Amino acid sequence: MSRLPLEKKVLSENDRIAGRLRERFQQHQVFCLNFISSPGAGKTSLLERTLERFRPSERVALLTGDIQTDNDARRLARFGFPVKQITTGGTCHLDARMIERALADWPLESLDTLLIENVGNLVCPSSYDLGEAAKVVVLSVAEGEDKPLKYPAIFFKSELLVLNKTDLLPYVSFDLGKAREYALQVHPGMEIVELSCQTGAGLDGWMKWLARRRESAKDVALASRPLSREHPTPERGRRQDARPAGAGGETPALHRPAPGQK
Amino acid sequence: MHELSIANAILDAVREERARLNAARVIKVGVRIGELAGVDPEALSFGFGVLVKDTDLEPLTLEIESTSRRHECSHCKHVFTVVDYEVDCPDCGSADTRCIGGDELELAFLEVEES
Repeated sequence: MSRLPLEKKVLSENDRIAGRLRERFQQHQVFCLNFISSPGAGKTSLLERTLERFRPSERVALLTGDIQTDNDARRLARFGFPVKQITTGGTCHLDARMIERALADWPLESLDTLLIENVGNLVCPSSYDLGEAAKVVVLSVAEGEDKPLKYPAIFFKSELLVLNKTDLLPYVSFDLGKAREYALQVHPGMEIVELSCQTGAGLDGWMKWLARRRESAKDVALASRPLSREHPTPERGRRQDARPAGAGGETPALHRPAPGQK
Repeated sequence: MHELSIANAILDAVREERARLNAARVIKVGVRIGELAGVDPEALSFGFGVLVKDTDLEPLTLEIESTSRRHECSHCKHVFTVVDYEVDCPDCGSADTRCIGGDELELAFLEVEES
């Protein structure tokens, strides 16, 4: 009998697919965010308020994960952007393979931004890389301010903490200062925005972060873009102008703006 | 929770390695789990036991090595274990330290019987 050392990630298969997705996102300059929170913290509301502020010409699409129902996709489809529901049927997180499958009939070259709403859960989604540029964790003031200490993994791995439902602060015992302090203990340098999806307060700060982060991702994508792969082979059997299927039934075509137009 | 999916991924990896190494039997698999990995060792052990039962891998056992969060000081390069989220350098007091480990979710070793 012998003991053989191994150096291999347990989720190497997921990481391999996530790496493939990340490469595709970079090739097509798609900025991808992965939104994670406990159920009810306000991921869907934040996305609704975000879509509301996007121009209709914005080339954004959404994937939303839940264990059951397409309620979230219905809510998000109202804004006219392509949305697809991923129903996991019991699985408590999205994994890279689900994203790859969901994107199979979506032409990435017609997108600039992909927003992924993970299954409501502060634990499991933190282990699964989806190929995103950044994770965003949403915490509402209706929860405890010590969540960063109790669930450090997701706060450690997320670039931004969105503190939502600040309109409820007068009615709850949530200590905003402590929440910030705890988040920064777990993740020194973490960016934090406070907002209320209900009243709209603080949403400008979030939109600014989003715009800034998207620009910095663009620089990274340009810098790391392999020159020999400017034009990857089109996916087999897919028309390049294929329209993404939306859950709401009436989803507009993703159109490519004329060169120079943005 | 997701420990069952992770246990499944470990078993897939063990089967893959068993074939690669051409081993007759794998007796034990070692897994390294960092405190920032978001994986509960107890739930993982439980799920692992359930999944191994009545399969070709039985009686494979799981050994979990837990690792702490480690930081390196950007000033004096001191490497230290973070206790109670205290991330300042215990040597020079600098607050400029960066995380260099603690989110591991890795296969560490296999104990095999050669064929």
